[in-house]
Amino acid sequence: MNSVIKGASYILVHTPDMVLYNGTTQTTERIVNPESEYLKEVPEKLRSYEEAVSYWPNQTYIGNVHPEELAEVEFPWYDKKMEGADRYGKFGEIMPEEEFLLLVQASDMFEVVRLEKGFVAAHKEALAKDPVITEEILERVHEGVELSEIEQFVNEEHAEGLYFDGKLVGCVKAAHDIDQNLSAHVMHENLMSKASSVLALLYAVRNAGIKKEDVEYVIDCAEEACGDMNQRGGGNFAKAAAEVAGLVNATGSDARGFCAAPTHAVIEAAALVKSGAYKTVVVTSGGCTAKLGMNGKDHVKKGLPILEDCLGGFAVVITENDGVSPEIDLGMLGRHTVGTGSAPQAVIGSLVADPLDRAGMKIPDIDKYSPEMQNPDITKPAGAGDVPLANYKMIGALAVKRGELDRKELADFTKKHGLTGWAPTQGHIPSGVPYIGVAREDILEGKIKNAMIIGKGSLFLGRMTNLFDGVSFVIHGNTAEQEKKESGVSEEEVKGLIAKAMKEFAAALLAE
Amino acid sequence: MAILENKKVIVIGDRDGIPGPAIAECVKTAGGEVVFASTECFV
Repeated sequence: MNSVIKGASYILVHTPDMVLYNGTTQTTERIVNPESEYLKEVPEKLRSYEEAVSYWPNQTYIGNVHPEELAEVEFPWYDKKMEGADRYGKFGEIMPEEEFLLLVQASDMFEVVRLEKGFVAAHKEALAKDPVITEEILERVHEGVELSEIEQFVNEEHAEGLYFDGKLVGCVKAAHDIDQNLSAHVMHENLMSKASSVLALLYAVRNAGIKKEDVEYVIDCAEEACGDMNQRGGGNFAKAAAEVAGLVNATGSDARGFCAAPTHAVIEAAALVKSGAYKTVVVTSGGCTAKLGMNGKDHVKKGLPILEDCLGGFAVVITENDGVSPEIDLGMLGRHTVGTGSAPQAVIGSLVADPLDRAGMKIPDIDKYSPEMQNPDITKPAGAGDVPLANYKMIGALAVKRGELDRKELADFTKKHGLTGWAPTQGHIPSGVPYIGVAREDILEGKIKNAMIIGKGSLFLGRMTNLFDGVSFVIHGNTAEQEKKESGVSEEEVKGLIAKAMKEFAAALLAE
Repeated sequence: MAILENKKVIVIGDRDGIPGPAIAECVKTAGGEVVFASTECFV
């Protein structure tokens, strides 16, 4: 039987200070043009925590707004405030920067993170109120150090500063004097990814209604690499985050594939469970500091606030078939192969049409497609257009070409089978997976019968190949009951038949 | 198509649009010489 999606989590962390100090658009500008007007404008264009919480796409990401509801909100969204917006949603939360820095310190096992005493004292209580933060995590939060000590690390030892409200409140030190792979910059990037993955794991376990001890394997699918000069991408973010999250029975490994990695990882997890290797596997990922404010220059130029001010994270719990939850159908996998080529028709053909052909299905037979779910509020002002819509147009066009859809129905196809994007532009985070949580609920409620998750990856960015990559899978309603019926006689029925035959035999003996 | 004939062409494709190699193939058939082609990811 297929493995199932038992639950999912989606978390955001509002990190405005990291936009300025760690986003590559800003750090590059500081090197190339340190006196630039843009850098001066950034602090004024950052949103407050309350503004980030009341932002419609963020509320959609954490599960307080259905994507269909978001689609009804007048575009653009950056100037609309959602009334009644909440920090917490059914999938996760939007954690404020100050609490997150404490979680980062608690996630650090090598004492490279230092926070100022007063800062820790001011915010520890708030972190303790978070429903998923455990006593064990709180116990790991140190009392803190004097600001002078932090200043010394930043000014004299190349530590990365940690800022809140523009003020220095801590630092991430280098974990090695010479090794660039353990530099303060890399340690900062990796610890932010790890800590946001921890938060996603904690919510995923809660949302799936399982025990932490049930998790046997974790797959991390972020885009960072951890290791030292002898094994630059050695890993293992998955086990490192599982340790902090208290998943004591789990081991794990990292899957990488640029933005396609989450979809690769879910397929791998589903296969591990279906094969019987592990009963419960969690796919997880934290966020990416480098991408904060990635399109900031365009946003500022057009008078928008800097919308890329949150780290994103997600986790999906995959278990053995429970007879209820939606299944991942491993018989319908799409894959862009080495020989597929790069023509858009070939790409969409390999990811969408080929797996459907194998199952005897047509493109309109899938109720919802989830390709790249980037929030168009972020991408349109930056000139990248509406990415989900561009993908839906290509899928619809292929359906028309294959004679499965009338040309006149194309515009309607993008609405009926598509979704409006809501995910932050955190690379791997918006790629296919943001819809899994919503799809699980919509399938359980009977609103849709199936959905295709499509992950795409820009492998060429690593300069190892010019190839693009992508994989896809289909989620559909649970078929355990149906499978049982189709498999013929059940165990109970066999027992019943034997009992009946025995009775008849006994009756025959008595009659004689 | 003549606009590309005997011209040197720099191709920048889009991951979610038309990728570089696909544009490069079109340029070649139109008589252009591709001096650089890449695909970029804008998200």
